[in-house]
Amino acid sequence: MTLPKHAAVARPNPATGGTQAQGDAIVAVPLRHPWRISIAVVLVFLLALFIVDASQRPDYGWAEVGKYLFDRRISQAAWVTLTLTIYAMIGAIVLGLLLAIMRLSPNPVVKSIAWLYLWIFRGTPVYVQLVFWGIVALIYPVFTIGIPFMTPWITIPNDVFTNLYITAVIGLALNEAAYMSEIVRAGLLSVDEGQEEASTALAMSWGQTMRYVVVPQAMKIIIPPTGNEVISMLKTTSLVAAIPLSIDLYGVSRGISAVTFTPVPLLIVASIWYLLFTSVLMVGQHFIEKRFSRGTGRRQAGPASESDPGAAAMTAAPMGNDLGGKG
Amino acid sequence: MSATPMVTADRISKSFGSNNVLRSISLEVQAGEVLCIVGPSGSGKSTFLRCINHLEKIDAGRLFVEGQLVGYRQKGDKLHELKPKEAALQRRDIGMVFQRFNLFPHMTALENIIQAPMRVKRIPKAKATLRAMELMERVGLGDKADHYPAHLSGGQQQRVAIARALAMDPKLMLFDEPTSALDPELVGEVLDVMKELATSGMTMIVVTHEMGFAREVADSIAFMDGGVVVEAGPPRELLGNPQQDRTKAFLSKVL
Repeated sequence: MTLPKHAAVARPNPATGGTQAQGDAIVAVPLRHPWRISIAVVLVFLLALFIVDASQRPDYGWAEVGKYLFDRRISQAAWVTLTLTIYAMIGAIVLGLLLAIMRLSPNPVVKSIAWLYLWIFRGTPVYVQLVFWGIVALIYPVFTIGIPFMTPWITIPNDVFTNLYITAVIGLALNEAAYMSEIVRAGLLSVDEGQEEASTALAMSWGQTMRYVVVPQAMKIIIPPTGNEVISMLKTTSLVAAIPLSIDLYGVSRGISAVTFTPVPLLIVASIWYLLFTSVLMVGQHFIEKRFSRGTGRRQAGPASESDPGAAAMTAAPMGNDLGGKG
Repeated sequence: MSATPMVTADRISKSFGSNNVLRSISLEVQAGEVLCIVGPSGSGKSTFLRCINHLEKIDAGRLFVEGQLVGYRQKGDKLHELKPKEAALQRRDIGMVFQRFNLFPHMTALENIIQAPMRVKRIPKAKATLRAMELMERVGLGDKADHYPAHLSGGQQQRVAIARALAMDPKLMLFDEPTSALDPELVGEVLDVMKELATSGMTMIVVTHEMGFAREVADSIAFMDGGVVVEAGPPRELLGNPQQDRTKAFLSKVL
C-alpha cells in the first residue's frame, strides 16, 4: 500500500523532526565540463595571438595613435561630436513628442501627416537623408514670404542649410524624431486608461491630465530606450560626412590621415574616443535602467519624510521634470 | 418632492456599435438619497454610472444633474455639445470611485487627494493639504498620508480614492463596484466609510454586488438586466417582495 506512506510524508516526522533539522549534506563529484575549458583555452590563445601580432604590425602605427590621441584638433572634434549628439537629441525629443501626440490625435489628417512623416524618415537611410539636407540649399536658395505664385514681399537667403553644422543637427534630429515619436507613443499608451479616466472624472483638463498624470508615468517607459538612442546617436553623428560636414570626430581624424597617409592609427584614435563616450553613457544607462525598473513608487518601502509631507511632494515634483528634461 | 432631483435620467439609451448597452433607462435620484444599482455583469450598470459624469456619451434621451443637461447645452430645439472645459465644470460637483481605485501611482496618498483641488479649483497647497488630512482622518487613514498607493492594501487604496473624490466637495458621489476588486476581508472597511458618507447626507449612486450594504444603506434599489431597469423600489419591497421574474431569479442567486 503506497497511499498511507505518501500521506505520512506530508506530516512532520516526529522521529527526525525534533533532533535533526536537515538531511545529510550532498557530497558528490561535480560534473566535468571539458569542452568549456578547451574552448576557453582556444579563445584566449587566439586573442593573445592577435594582440601580439597587432602590437608588432607597422600598419597599426601605435606611435601615431599615441601622438594623435590627445591632439588638440581631435579633442576639439570630439567636442563637436558631443554637441551634435546633444542638440540633435534635444530636437528629436521635442519633435518626437509632437509627432507622438499627433499620432494619438482624434483628427485623422493630423494623424496621417504624422504617419507619413514616420513612413518617410524611418523608411529611408539616414545617410541618404543627410546627403539630401546637404544639397537642400541648392533646391531652396531663398525663403520667401508672400502670396503663393505671386511676386514675394520678402526674400531671405537660405542661411540655415548653408551652415553645415546646423544642417547636420537638423538632419540628424529629423531622422531621430521618427524613432523618438514611437518611443514616446509607446510610453503614453503604456499608462493605464483608468488613470486618464480618474483624472477626467476629477474635472482635470486634458492638458492637466497629460502633464500631472500621464506623462510622469510614461517617463518610466520612455527614458530607458531614450538613453539607448543617445548612445546610438553619438555613433550616427559620424555620418555627417554625407552632408559633408568634416569637423566631427570621424571627419577630423579622416582629414588628418588624408595628409599623413596613416588611416589606421587615426581610425583607432577616433574609435578610442567613441568608446570612451559610449562607455560613460552605458554606465549612465545602466543606472537609469536600474532606477526605472523599480516599482511604481519612488521609495522601496515605507513612508516619505515623516515630518513634512509637503516637502516630499516638493522634492518629488521636480524629480520627474528633471528626468523629463534629460530624456 | 418639489426640489429639483439630483439626477434625472429620462429614457436614455447608449450603444457600443450594435451592442445596445442601455435601453431607455429612466431613473430619478433626490438630493440626499442613496441609490444602489444591482444586476448581473454586462447589464449596463457601470455604463449608466459613467454617463452621469459624461465619461460616456448617451445616444438618446436626456440626462440631468441638478436640472442641468449633462454634456450638452440646449439652444431652442437643438443640442450643442459642450466644450471640454464646460464638461469639466459639470464634473467638478460629481465624485467618482472606480472598481480598480485608479489612484495615481506616482503620487503619495496625500498628493493624490490634493491634485484636483489645486489644479482645478486653484486652492493653495497649504489649504488643500489641511483639507486632505481631514479627509484622510475621516476615512481612517490619518497616518498613511505619505504612503504611495503601492504600499497600501486594496481597502486602504479605495478609501484614499474616496477621500480624493470628496476633496472636490461633490454634491453627488458615484461608486462603480467599489468593493469588487477587494479581498473579502477588506470589503468591510470600505463599506463602513461609504455608510458613514451616506449617513452624513451625501447623495450616492452605488453600483454594487453587496446586497447587505444595499439593504442597509440604500433608499432605493434598481435592478438592471439587459440594459433596462427591470424593477426599482425601496430595499424592503425590492428584496422582500420582487414583482418581476427576472428580479426573483437574480435575487435567488445572490441572497
